[in-house]
Amino acid sequence: MRIKKAALKTLNNFLQVIPIILGVFLLLSLVNIAISPSFYAKIFTHNSLLDSVIGAALGSISAGNPLTSYIIGGELLEQGVGLIAVTAFLLGWVTVGLIQLPAESLMLGKRFAIIRNIISFIMAIIIAILTVFTLTLI
Amino acid sequence: MKSIIQKIGGGWTFLIIALLIYGITALVYPTLALPVLTSFGQLMGKILPILAFVFVLIFIFNLFLEPKTITKYVGRQSGWKGWVLAIVGGIISMGAIYMWYPLLADLKEKGMSNALVATFLYNRAIKLQLLPFLIYYFGWTFTIIMTIYMIIFSVINGLLVEKFTNNSNKE
Repeated sequence: MRIKKAALKTLNNFLQVIPIILGVFLLLSLVNIAISPSFYAKIFTHNSLLDSVIGAALGSISAGNPLTSYIIGGELLEQGVGLIAVTAFLLGWVTVGLIQLPAESLMLGKRFAIIRNIISFIMAIIIAILTVFTLTLI
Repeated sequence: MKSIIQKIGGGWTFLIIALLIYGITALVYPTLALPVLTSFGQLMGKILPILAFVFVLIFIFNLFLEPKTITKYVGRQSGWKGWVLAIVGGIISMGAIYMWYPLLADLKEKGMSNALVATFLYNRAIKLQLLPFLIYYFGWTFTIIMTIYMIIFSVINGLLVEKFTNNSNKE
């Protein structure tokens, strides 16, 4: 009886979650295919502070395997984009999820998801500045 | 509109919207249609085993874990052990972040605090298996410094999320 109850609850969870997962995957695939890596480099201004905000914003709207962000980040550095901006980009990529936001809102609550992503976005910029500042001290 | 969404559920509405976006994009840019579907198929193939693993976990939790136990280990009064569990759990958990939403939603319902859910999610950004790549592209020092800051800020993130979500609940 207990097993049946747990199985039914899990099945119910699954049915609620599966359309969200499919929707997120479809949007992720669309973004990954539509945005080419060269697009990223064109957006930066070479102003450290503004670029860190742009980096975090670009990272936030992008999604996919973090390895892709490392590769794009490496290319951006080679093209002269500052380390703060690239770090903010890497952090935005892995800590903020604009594409996943609808899924996070549906499952963990709208207010929770919005607040968490806004705080993570601001933190991406702060951590980027702190990381590069610490690097210069070492 | 609201009643239609309530009838079919937010998740299915989201899927319909995603399909509409895909449909419109495929009509405007037909060359993207097939690569997007291929990428979708590849993602599904990668993620299905992890999704299965997550649902096995949810089943086990539904079977054995009582809300009282969850509250004890990851509730508001769980103390430093709760923080350590959220940090370590976030770092060692595998797969994409959204795979963990259903499990976290279930734990949240059973009493896990918003602070620890947020901390867990933030630490999901630290990918142990990808650290060698991060070191390769950005060096040892950069990787260590950024990872340490991420762990520290995951706790601050959790505390802030808890504060703001609690404030908004009171309003």
